Amino acid sequence: MIDLVQRFGLFWLNILASLGRASMFLAQMVTALPSLLKRPSLTVRELYSTGVKTLSIILVSGLFVGMVLALQGYNILIDFGQENRTGTLVALTLVRELGPVVAGLLFAGRAGSAMTAEIGLMKATEQLSGLEMMAVDPFKRVYAPRFLAGCLSLPMLAAMFSAIGAFGGYLLSVEVLGVDASAYWSLMQSSVSFTSDVGNGLVKGAVFGFVVTWIAIFQGAECIPTSEGVSSATTRTVVYSSLAILALDFLLTAIMF
Amino acid sequence: MSDEQKALVQIRDLHFSRGSKNIFRGLTVDIPRGKVTTILGPSGTGKTTLLKMIGGQLPASKGTIHVDGLEVGKLKRRELYELRKRLGMLFQSGALLTDLSVFENIAFPLREHTRLPESLISHLVLMRLHAVGLRGARDLSPSELSGGMARRAALARALVFDPMMIMYDEPFTGQDPISMGILLELIKTVNGALGLTSLMVSHDLNEALSISDYAVIISEGVVVEAGSPEQLRTSDSEWVQQFLQGKPDGPVPFQAAAPDYETELLGGVRS
Amino acid sequence: MNSRAIQVLVGLFMLLFILAMLVLALRVSNLTSLSGGESYSLVAKFENIGGLKEGASVAASGVRVGEVSSIEYDAGTFEAIVNLSIDAKFNSFPLDTSASIYTAGLLGEQYIGLEPGAEIDALVDSDEIDQTQSAIVLERLIGQVLFSRSGED
Repeated sequence: MIDLVQRFGLFWLNILASLGRASMFLAQMVTALPSLLKRPSLTVRELYSTGVKTLSIILVSGLFVGMVLALQGYNILIDFGQENRTGTLVALTLVRELGPVVAGLLFAGRAGSAMTAEIGLMKATEQLSGLEMMAVDPFKRVYAPRFLAGCLSLPMLAAMFSAIGAFGGYLLSVEVLGVDASAYWSLMQSSVSFTSDVGNGLVKGAVFGFVVTWIAIFQGAECIPTSEGVSSATTRTVVYSSLAILALDFLLTAIMF
Repeated sequence: MSDEQKALVQIRDLHFSRGSKNIFRGLTVDIPRGKVTTILGPSGTGKTTLLKMIGGQLPASKGTIHVDGLEVGKLKRRELYELRKRLGMLFQSGALLTDLSVFENIAFPLREHTRLPESLISHLVLMRLHAVGLRGARDLSPSELSGGMARRAALARALVFDPMMIMYDEPFTGQDPISMGILLELIKTVNGALGLTSLMVSHDLNEALSISDYAVIISEGVVVEAGSPEQLRTSDSEWVQQFLQGKPDGPVPFQAAAPDYETELLGGVRS
Repeated sequence: MNSRAIQVLVGLFMLLFILAMLVLALRVSNLTSLSGGESYSLVAKFENIGGLKEGASVAASGVRVGEVSSIEYDAGTFEAIVNLSIDAKFNSFPLDTSASIYTAGLLGEQYIGLEPGAEIDALVDSDEIDQTQSAIVLERLIGQVLFSRSGED
């Protein structure tokens, strides 16, 4: 019995300790950011890895999600005679919620796990140690560029997701379901506010990007340098990131809308 | 020159533990300047850990390490980085950066720490590559190199700043005889030609001792014996003899500690 | 991948982002109607604003001329104070213009409709629109119908 209590307490203490280490790690990463200005090529390379490489899955998913939203939305709205508002439904859902959240989840699975695996592998092959011994700060050379790239990529990907989703919704509603094209766009435009809806969506994207990238890099840097260690770190990145995105989404939605 | 100045690295009463394991329990040793020194010992005695501590990557729980007169434990971040620029380290797997070509890997420290013009960097890199015999491999990526070639490339990189000491972590592990021979030759030549201090950690006794001027045997967290290879070979200690000759049984027993064999066998049958 | 190719691709990525933002700004949201131009404000007080929200349209003859910038409550006169932000190009609303709260479609959002009066002088910044008509509240309407019906019996 005492043993259970002890283990329970230890479990929570470990979580606190992890959070503490993660925060100190974040602080070191953030202080390393200014050095990136001197050498933008590192960040550009990482933008390619996190942003460009995730583009295809984002665009394809965005298109499909937009189309599904239109399909389901139409089915529900037509009972109220409001099928012209399908555009509004698709756009608001995407811009406020699904754009940042789904893009975030896809990002965590594709770019986040890749980052963790890459850093974990660098740790396992002693490259990180090697950098330290060559008097190169891994925070400046390895972690900070990836962090900046991730923070920038996700809001951009989320915007692209929403845009192509709106277009997908248009394709389905107007071409397939017969909703009037001008009604689709004009009703949508009158109900989607650039500053509060699109803007908040971007803010969500930025927050998610921050958190997912932080988790991904930290897990990679902290992992046990064996193949099993890297694998479990990668899994942890995806799981923690996904949970964080969903929890933060709730919080942000409550604050913003 | 006094004895103290002769030693590049002075380790005094070093203590270090990882988790519940005590790795060093009062290690004291001097690494002489300008010579090739090998650190020997059974697996798991923390030889790699020692190298990391000399480089300031791990802090000691007690005791001091002085490198060229500077106490590693007390250095601030900037000073530690300055010290590391004067040291070179060769990791077991070479630790080349996988996203750069061989040439870029060796040019890396130059690009990071200096603003030398491209032509000069190219010269320096090619000189080092030539010294290790890899000039033809300059555009390959690390994944295309064999283990031996990767280590030679890493050596070229470690040499790029003409360091005062190079540390080798298990440089001969898993090498075929020719690669081994190449590495041995390189280490010896490089040490002599550049007046370096070389500190090796190795299991490959005979190879390592063949080029060493000084050897230190570490076991159970302390120095068991230290001296030239000749001195070690003629040592009185039975333990050292077992170690050097690779005898399967002796002071380090063949059987790991276990309950009495007969009892365990019979006990199993009875129940 | 050589670094030149990477730079080009990243540049393309940025371009796609700008494109997406343009699509979101111009096609998806109401940015086009947010005039960057000047505006002036008018005040209108209502007994009941119904479901009118901040940001709701202000229209004249069905054309959008501005938006509701803020809604406050006057505890002294027990009225709702609605501040309207009107696009500066529409600066000739007569002094006796009236403002009413309408509903767009049957179940749509509420907006303010301006009906011009006959005065020669025009409303300027900070003027108040005197004639206002509150929103139609469904419960009251039903109550009125019931009341008038019961009166017939």
